[in-house]
Amino acid sequence: MMGERPSPPARFEPVADGDLRIAEVSFLTQVNLRLDPGDPAAGDIGRALGVPLPTEPGTYGSADVDVLWLGPDEWLIVGEPGRERDLETRLRTAAGTGHVAVTDVSAQRTTLLVAGPKARDLLAHGCALDLHPRVFGPGRCAQTMLARAQVLLVARDGDEFLVLVRPSFAGYLVAWLLDAAAEHLSGQPG
Amino acid sequence: MMLIPCPWCGPRDEAEFHYGGQAHVAYPADPAALSDAEWARYLFFRDNPKGPFAERWSHAAGCRRWFNVVRDTATNEIHAVYRAGGQRPVSP
Ligand SMILES: [Zn+2]
Repeated sequence: MMGERPSPPARFEPVADGDLRIAEVSFLTQVNLRLDPGDPAAGDIGRALGVPLPTEPGTYGSADVDVLWLGPDEWLIVGEPGRERDLETRLRTAAGTGHVAVTDVSAQRTTLLVAGPKARDLLAHGCALDLHPRVFGPGRCAQTMLARAQVLLVARDGDEFLVLVRPSFAGYLVAWLLDAAAEHLSGQPG
Repeated sequence: MMLIPCPWCGPRDEAEFHYGGQAHVAYPADPAALSDAEWARYLFFRDNPKGPFAERWSHAAGCRRWFNVVRDTATNEIHAVYRAGGQRPVSP
């Protein structure tokens, strides 16, 4: 139970419109994993996670957690809130004596959900990446800049995006998103 | 704004990168044997060509990897991109 735990952009009211939804997804479990993908431990870790570590840049795999490519020897495992211990233990057991670093970084970023048919247009206001579904469709992720803030963008099914951002930037990014969203929201006053 | 092709992530805005200066400056094999003048030359002296220049960049806002770029300092044209530790490609 974590009802009293404050989260950085907690003061913002989620936006829900036919074409656009913006909300915070708080306290996701995030574990950073570093190892040489050629290490035998990589296979064991993939089996323990239920999905092989993706080696194609800018992609992720999903089981009960998402396994996001961050770099050629670095991944971010993202799961439901409260899974830190379980996930860390699972990874460490699978890593065995391999040359592997497992770090709980759940507090490093919070997550914003940007979804709906207008989500791509909204993100494109502040992001230089080509977000067309042909290029950045479900299964793609990217570390890049959104409105000059460093983010980890994750494209999911159904025009859904997760924007992982450092807590110290989250309030700013929410303010920017809500401002940029104004033109896409129908029936919003002002 | 330059578009720099990260060898891992593909083309990205220059704003996502940090500059790391001249590439292939080898650490002295026996640093203790260097005179002050030689040490200063290793630390502070760099080439400054007008034309193709092999230099280091880090994709700081992306995959955070260091890599090498051959960039024309006069035109900003990028001739080659290769991973850290790689050999500078032979110019065409
Ligand atoms: Zn990169």
